[in-house]
Amino acid sequence: MSNKLPDVEEILEGAVKKHGLAVVPLLQEIQEHFRYLPEEVLRKLSQKTGIPLIEIYHAATFYNSLYLTPRAKHQINICTGTTCHIRGSGKLIEEVFQVLGIGPGETTSDGNFTLETVNCLGCCAVAPAMVVDGKYYGNLTPGDVREILNKIMEKAAVEE
Amino acid sequence: MVQMTLNGLRVEVEEGMTILEAARFYGINIPTLCYHEGLSPYGACRLCLVEIGPSGQSKLVSSCTHRVEEGLVVRTHSERVVKRRKMLIELYLATCPQSRVIQDLASKYHVTRVRFTPRYEDCILCGLCVRMCAEQMQGKAIGFAHRGSNRKVATPFDVKSEECRLCGGCMYICPACQSRCQGPQEEEPLCNACLNLDQPCLNYFDDNMCFMDPCVACELGAGREAKAKSRDGRL
Repeated sequence: MSNKLPDVEEILEGAVKKHGLAVVPLLQEIQEHFRYLPEEVLRKLSQKTGIPLIEIYHAATFYNSLYLTPRAKHQINICTGTTCHIRGSGKLIEEVFQVLGIGPGETTSDGNFTLETVNCLGCCAVAPAMVVDGKYYGNLTPGDVREILNKIMEKAAVEE
Repeated sequence: MVQMTLNGLRVEVEEGMTILEAARFYGINIPTLCYHEGLSPYGACRLCLVEIGPSGQSKLVSSCTHRVEEGLVVRTHSERVVKRRKMLIELYLATCPQSRVIQDLASKYHVTRVRFTPRYEDCILCGLCVRMCAEQMQGKAIGFAHRGSNRKVATPFDVKSEECRLCGGCMYICPACQSRCQGPQEEEPLCNACLNLDQPCLNYFDDNMCFMDPCVACELGAGREAKAKSRDGRL
């Protein structure tokens, strides 16, 4: 992945070619590039496709997985569903707070991590579970969480 | 043309009509809140619900969105329907007691109590303004945003919309914006200053017996019917 800022026109062009006028896939594609849905991009999308801006805004605010505010580089989702809760997901959240100093719904001041709780990840067999940047981790202990987060931070430090 | 039964009468209506349109065509007034002739039906307020199907397996549907079919049996003012409608009006009263439209509905359909805590919401989410803006004004400046209990009518990104031409169509059509008359009971959640009489026929029959507006509560007649009914019961 290069650090070059993605070209808005190019992304929109590609997305429209791929998904036509289907609003939700378009938004998902945009979010993949920007990690959230920037207002200017949505305005441009509306101009380009002729989809009324309010329809785009409607879809963007309706779905929990579409974000209108900037997200951190790394997204941590900890499952707090029944099984994970019983098997100690609360301890994982505490551990994240110990390591990064953020609670659920918060972002670190350097904009690197966002912690969010979800109601079920659909993998109760490996509870307690966590997803970091789309990768699933199961059967976790607080020690595992610390290890995973430290690894990501090390990797980020090396890249910088 | 389609043959159907409307409150016990066999009637002919045009194909493709909704039940609401058919009923209004035959002079039966079904109350509505989110319906407007010039806009697409939305089925949100549920006030226009009617009972369809043979008794015993009838179901309640919103008449503004349900199209007429061959042989359809519709009851627009059965006891079941009227009861549900009153309940709905009561809920709307609790949501938005400052609205004149809702107060008028309550008076007209004899809703005399509100058992819920009044909320004084600004919006009942009927969607009239959204449809007005999109369909009549070709504006598409406002729409619904967020969901569930956070759902609200908004402009994109909650800033003044570039599409909005300040036509005022949304305010014109809004039932919640019309403030109620400044009567002596203004502070109460329920005014009932224009209260209609309660229809006595539903105490004795399964359906309304007439569609007089306002109801004249045929007290004499009702009494006679009651006697007749108890006599029938003995036989």
